[in-house]
Amino acid sequence: MNPKQLVLDADKCTSCLQCEMACSLEHEGLFNPARSRIKVFEFEHGKRSIPYTCTQCEEAWCMKACPTDAISINATLGTKVVDESKCVGCKVCTMACPYGTINYNSSTGKVNKCNLCDGDPQCVSACPTGAITFA
Amino acid sequence: MGWQKQILRVNLTTGEIKKEPLIMDWAQDYLGGRGLATKYLWEGMDPSTDPMSPDNMLIFATGPLTGTMAATGGRYTVVTKGPLTNAIACSNSGGKFGAELKFAGYDMLILEGRSVKPVYLVIIDDKVELKDAADYWGTTVWHTEETLKEVHKDPQIKVASIGVAGEQGVKYACIVNDLHRAAGRSGVGAVMGSKHLKAIAVRGTQGVSVDKPKVFMQAATETKASLEDDGGRKSLTKYGTNAMIDTMNEFGGLPTDNFRSVQFEGTENINPAAMVRPNANGHVNLITNKACFGCTIACGRIAHIDQTHFSVRDRKEYWHASGGLEYETAYALGPVVGIDDIDALTFAGYLMNEHGMDPISFGVTLAAAMELYDLGIIDKQTTGGLDLSFGNAEALTTCAELTGKQEGFGVELGLGAKLLCQKYGRPELAMVVKGQEFAGYDSRALQGMGLGYATSNRGACHLKHDVFAEDMDDQTGAGKAQPCKTSQDKIAMVDSTGACLFTMSAWDTGEFQLLVDSACEGGSDGTWDNERLLLTGERIWNLERRFNLSAGLTRADDTLPPRLLKEPAPSGVAEGRVSALDTMLPEYYSLRGWTAEGVPTESTLNRLGLS
Repeated sequence: MNPKQLVLDADKCTSCLQCEMACSLEHEGLFNPARSRIKVFEFEHGKRSIPYTCTQCEEAWCMKACPTDAISINATLGTKVVDESKCVGCKVCTMACPYGTINYNSSTGKVNKCNLCDGDPQCVSACPTGAITFA
Repeated sequence: MGWQKQILRVNLTTGEIKKEPLIMDWAQDYLGGRGLATKYLWEGMDPSTDPMSPDNMLIFATGPLTGTMAATGGRYTVVTKGPLTNAIACSNSGGKFGAELKFAGYDMLILEGRSVKPVYLVIIDDKVELKDAADYWGTTVWHTEETLKEVHKDPQIKVASIGVAGEQGVKYACIVNDLHRAAGRSGVGAVMGSKHLKAIAVRGTQGVSVDKPKVFMQAATETKASLEDDGGRKSLTKYGTNAMIDTMNEFGGLPTDNFRSVQFEGTENINPAAMVRPNANGHVNLITNKACFGCTIACGRIAHIDQTHFSVRDRKEYWHASGGLEYETAYALGPVVGIDDIDALTFAGYLMNEHGMDPISFGVTLAAAMELYDLGIIDKQTTGGLDLSFGNAEALTTCAELTGKQEGFGVELGLGAKLLCQKYGRPELAMVVKGQEFAGYDSRALQGMGLGYATSNRGACHLKHDVFAEDMDDQTGAGKAQPCKTSQDKIAMVDSTGACLFTMSAWDTGEFQLLVDSACEGGSDGTWDNERLLLTGERIWNLERRFNLSAGLTRADDTLPPRLLKEPAPSGVAEGRVSALDTMLPEYYSLRGWTAEGVPTESTLNRLGLS
């Protein structure tokens, strides 16, 4: 059986950013959408609000591009996980990722990406409209 | 914690930019937002200051819950002395601007002085600069906001700006953020214009911490759940605030034709059902609903205009989606001017946001002009050829644009209803309190609302008290003073937390105690208890009152227009009634611990720590 995935339904998103706050609280210890791994993009005066994050894609170009082998696969969850002790902040992965969902954090000098909160994604429980589910 | 403990003070005369520590003693007494900004205004400025002079202070204030996961924790308040009322102005807004200001590291932004030439302020975390706004002066809010994001190469920058209305001192110009959210009332945009400040662009990446994260998250989760289950919340999400239009129309509290009537036969064409009903062309007005920062209600409406409608037929630039009808825009661009053309209302609403004007004050000013026209006091010669008959949708959209651009008859409409009616010798036709136009509730049908209007520190306002349940139950003035006073205090507190008052259909002070206690430094179980929260609200209300008294307002300003005091409601549940303000007001003063002249007594001031 395939591991569970985040399912993002843009039609239900109201752009409240509860997901971004839950994500930053989980990974950074404070409310800081600028450091969230999940992002909501708004278009045309709010006509569309689209939540987006790493799809944990099978190709995993971030992992293949990494010169220090800092990114590995979690076999249970299927997530691509950054080992901060190995990451040297070269940003090659951020260029290799076709989706722009692995990002450099200037305050730590490392890259960040979604790791599905080790199987309990906080954005899912924070979302008030069911736009983000885990199935 | 909860607070960033830092404020930003910018003197536009000298160009000096200062970061100051937040005065924590004041934060403990006034929380943040509306209350804390009022304290800074009171301490920093002579209340008799001319609102349009450089000496007026313009304060943007967040609260301890702004930028947190507390549901609706994204609000900021603009506090200043307002040119519409010559009283304290306090205008609350959502969107994402307030949270971004806090993420940049500031609880509050204080603007003083007046720049020689137009400028805008850029805040990128601790880097703060004033920049030349020559390229933006004379342009719209939408142009300014979109261009600033491009120029600064960051779509995540949040912008609060004014349009030409604010630049040229329209009495009810507002400050618009995130394209269609606004610090809407009392002319705060005109104060920004008087300072030659076009816009504030902010990007914050510092984040916000709370004092006790685990306790806070438990409180945030619990209170979010109670809000989710609430019937009022469900209605706001599904229908938006415009659900009120059917209720008010049936009740007979929907001001129509400048308050000559209290029911509007065209309601079914502009109500929530009309917003989702395909028109003859198959066009549906409403696209989706939209949240402000952190908001799990999402009452905002995103709509679009039928491209074949006269207002936009030849104007492709308005074919995009934007903020749609809320109850107050629907009322003020609809019934009160006798218009039921949903596309005209939606377009006029766009123009209010694009040019930075308060739709309530604009609509009620246009309604006054329409009554003057109907009575033959002004004619086409005065209006520049416009037919200002009640119900004329083309007059609405044309006047909205003329006022936004300050051209033609729009210059007179920019005066507000009070000065316009004074100019033509009929001051009694201005439906205002303290110079500020009424929201969409008639004081003859909703007696407690009338008392709230009369005593609101920023002039006629429906958002500073909540006597709605009592008003629906009983159409007399009896028993309205107490809930009016209590709800005024409670809302003053809520406006100071950084959360939205629409949470109050589900939350009471207990919920705020849980959130504020765990978010704020110095809070622990029960520190911010019911009594302290309400006392804080009462302190804020009384400090606002003192500001107004010192500014020269008196008991005589706590009144309603003669139409509501002498002309009986023509239909509805209150048919035959007038406002009972004369009996409610003395009872209210007494409950407040004020003299018969409406002045807080020494013992009241002592009790609130305001001596």
